[in-house]
Amino acid sequence: MKKFNLYLSAAFLALILLSPSALLASGKALKVAIIAPSAQNDLAFTQSIVDGIKAIQKDREIELAITDGTFVVEDAAAAIRDYAKKGFDLVLAHGSQYGGSLKEIAPDFPDTAFAWGTSADTFGLANVSSYEAASDEGGYVMGVMAAAMSKKGGVGVVGPIEVGDAKLYVDGFVQGAKAQNAKIRAKVNYIGSFSDVALAAEAARAHMAAGADVLTGTAQMVVGAIGAARAKRVPWFGTQANQTELAPEIVVASQVYKWDVILNKIIADMDAGVKGGKMYKINLANGGIVIEFNDAYKLDASVKEAGMKAIAGIKDGSIKTGHK
Amino acid sequence: MNDSFAVMIIVATIASGIRLATPFLLASLGEALGQRSGVLNLGVDGVMLLGAFGAYYMVLQTNNLYYGLLVGIGLGLIIGLFYAFITLNLRAEQGVSGIGIYLFGLGMSDLLFQKFVGTPRPILPFMPLDIPVLSGLPIVGEMLFQHSIIVYIAFALVPVMSFVLHRTTYGLNIRAIGENPEAADSLGVSVMATRYSAIIIGNGLAGLAGAALAIELGIFQQNLTNAMGFIAIALVYFGAWSPKGVMIGSLVFGLVQAIVLQCKTFGVIPRSASDLAAMAPAIITILALVVVAKRFKQPAALTKPYVRGG
Repeated sequence: MKKFNLYLSAAFLALILLSPSALLASGKALKVAIIAPSAQNDLAFTQSIVDGIKAIQKDREIELAITDGTFVVEDAAAAIRDYAKKGFDLVLAHGSQYGGSLKEIAPDFPDTAFAWGTSADTFGLANVSSYEAASDEGGYVMGVMAAAMSKKGGVGVVGPIEVGDAKLYVDGFVQGAKAQNAKIRAKVNYIGSFSDVALAAEAARAHMAAGADVLTGTAQMVVGAIGAARAKRVPWFGTQANQTELAPEIVVASQVYKWDVILNKIIADMDAGVKGGKMYKINLANGGIVIEFNDAYKLDASVKEAGMKAIAGIKDGSIKTGHK
Repeated sequence: MNDSFAVMIIVATIASGIRLATPFLLASLGEALGQRSGVLNLGVDGVMLLGAFGAYYMVLQTNNLYYGLLVGIGLGLIIGLFYAFITLNLRAEQGVSGIGIYLFGLGMSDLLFQKFVGTPRPILPFMPLDIPVLSGLPIVGEMLFQHSIIVYIAFALVPVMSFVLHRTTYGLNIRAIGENPEAADSLGVSVMATRYSAIIIGNGLAGLAGAALAIELGIFQQNLTNAMGFIAIALVYFGAWSPKGVMIGSLVFGLVQAIVLQCKTFGVIPRSASDLAAMAPAIITILALVVVAKRFKQPAALTKPYVRGG
């Protein structure tokens, strides 16, 4: 009996030690740092990556440090180097503008894994990964729905600078709008800034004056454009994060980035000893991009159906967004 | 493009330029007042940010836009008092202490936003206030008389400040101590009190500029002003330290921004030249500055601390 109790205790102990939660608790916490250009709760680009890591934290012990608001690239570079010096396992430089800095810093810290985006370039470095969002796919879906909604035959886009996922989204939106209605006037206004909220608001007003009755936009300065659209009750399509709470009465749907899909892959690769050299991408097919509808917005069933068809077409490859 | 549509677009563009010019005008009027008294404040942008957050938070809590404006002005006045103390009593170097005020405003407004608000939440902005009779006029009505109340306040302040500076004893004192504080002091003008008041009022206007921006946009986010305060300082030089001059400068800057936006919307400026075109307002301001700077002299005592008998 004594022996049986001993075996039982040993088996019980082994069960505890081998359980996933116990493995999690006993393992060293992964140290992850995020450096991002705007506020971590901007309902746009920066929030999307923070939400991604927080989603992973539910299953894995992660010590997270965030340096947000680094719209000055030199400040971001200092933060990237500082986190690498402090021994962080993974440093995420979340901004297309940080590539140049990362290219210089990463070789000095071969034991640290770096990832940056949105970009496809890893600079040929073994400890640098890149990631991007196929935002042209969500953009295409939004464009289809916007063109289906427009009564005046005009849609407007407020963009920041023609780079990265902003360009992809804008191009996809225009392509989708034209696929739905070849005669649609799809006007694009790149205001030349990621942070000028006042200028974004005026760009939206310029679109409305020019006859656009459905709007969209990308990057963190669009809060101004959403406010201008809200004042005139013009429907808005969001991207990067769910923007419904900024204007529940006009936001139709939002393309939401689920970065945890690729962050899980990056971390799994790190566990396997691969620190970089790979490019990761989120899209509609792998669930890294999802279209979230605003239930409070009374959307015509035919418009939603057009959107759902576009999603299905992109997933099965029968629809091309025009981006190679 | 038919004629009536073209007129509509021109009207919308000019109205847009006036809206864009408003925060610049308020901030540069305040800065001009301080500089006329001999004190440079490079911290305008920081004061604007604090005014913007204060106003936004007050409106979020009370839904009263006017309380928001008052909080914005109040915060500007308080920072003005502090700035006057460090530059006048402690005689801190004005350029460096101004940058300090800017950094304080930038960091503190973001910290307070993160602490008390978190995710951006919209507030209801000012609705356009149609001026009776005038707003109904064709073309001019929509262009000039269908703006929010803050736009009218900003432009009304131009003649008020011109009057104060050029037709009152207080204005004469400000101009005198900005040029020759020793002479003004010898005539019994209190240099300290006059400069204190000019700095405090000037910062109050910067706070109002920030409040106006946040309320017009109906939102606050980190670094909302996007360095508008620094442009406002440049516009003071552009406007040769006169209220009318800074108004013209603000309008030029706002209108160029609006014209560039409209040209981009209609594809007149190709997307490949989009980023270059975004620099147009700054380039035009710099060119104008070069021309103006040769014709006008800055207040002789600008940035020089005054020490009686020193």
